[in-house]
Amino acid sequence: MSTMIKSLAIAGAMATALAAHSTSAQAQATEKCFGVALAGENDCAAGPGTTCAGSSKVDYQGNAWKLVPAGTCVTMEKEGGRKGSLEALDRDLPA
Amino acid sequence: MTGLVDDFLPALMDPDRPVPAGLQDGLGRPAGRRFNVYRNNVTVSLIDALMQGFPAVVKLLGAEYFAAIARVFVQDNPPQSRLMMHYGAGFPAFLETVPALARLGYVGDVARLELALRRSYHAADAEPLDPALLGAIAPDDLPATRFTLAPALMLIRSDWPIHAIWAFNMIPGSPAPQVQGQAQDVLITRPDFDPVAQPLPPGGSTFVAALIAGASLGTAHDAGLAETADFDPTTILGLLIAGGALTGLNTETTP
Repeated sequence: MSTMIKSLAIAGAMATALAAHSTSAQAQATEKCFGVALAGENDCAAGPGTTCAGSSKVDYQGNAWKLVPAGTCVTMEKEGGRKGSLEALDRDLPA
Repeated sequence: MTGLVDDFLPALMDPDRPVPAGLQDGLGRPAGRRFNVYRNNVTVSLIDALMQGFPAVVKLLGAEYFAAIARVFVQDNPPQSRLMMHYGAGFPAFLETVPALARLGYVGDVARLELALRRSYHAADAEPLDPALLGAIAPDDLPATRFTLAPALMLIRSDWPIHAIWAFNMIPGSPAPQVQGQAQDVLITRPDFDPVAQPLPPGGSTFVAALIAGASLGTAHDAGLAETADFDPTTILGLLIAGGALTGLNTETTP
């Protein structure tokens, strides 16, 4: 591939990638939502020996959070009238 | 006392060894039962640490079977650091030596993916480049451009469809992996707080590996083309930009 064609190919790829990024950045915003994750499905990637080690033990555990699209957390309704919260909750804590 | 010190760690990791001679409780009596409780707690807590660090492997093997295999690993691999979030660095390679797991060839690479996610989580912060700076590079300068990459960027290469296997077990709603699925290389970035794992298109991992090694965009592009004739860097550049993985750039021809 000639140098000219190569730099055009790379420039095209960079321009396309940047354009896709600017249109998707807004849509991808998320917020931490407490009390909505099913047992074992909370988002904590920190691993053992950390304050959020392991997985949530019960469904809708109040102190376990999950990332959800920004603006949707507090309007979420789960089983038994439970609502999502942007801060940790006292309900549904494992024994 | 040298005997006690020399005996302590081996006895701690192997319940079949006797309690080290000279170990006493607070009243000067032999500490036999107390030591047994202590070493049982050490082993169980390390097995728990592995279960927390490798949740997808736990799902693949089942918790009971995983614990039995982890117990063997723990005995020969006491922590090398007090930072428990890094425990289990040798576990993926260990899984590949377990004869009973020989038919599950992908388990070691799935464990590598989980370890890389943890490392990415704990990697140092780095401010991503403003996309406007990337857009401002003249097309003629792009092939010679080199990037500094975020410490949280990780690349895992595998002969197995490990992203599909991992996602099916860890992300609700993911499709079941195909039995004869394609090999998948995986890119891990950390756009906000948590790492994100994404499969790479053909040639993608060779391209990223070249950038990590300090090659220019043009050289990395050539490497991708050498592997896949129709290599297109658009997707992979998009993943790097969206993942905040490009943190610095140098457009000079000589580094």
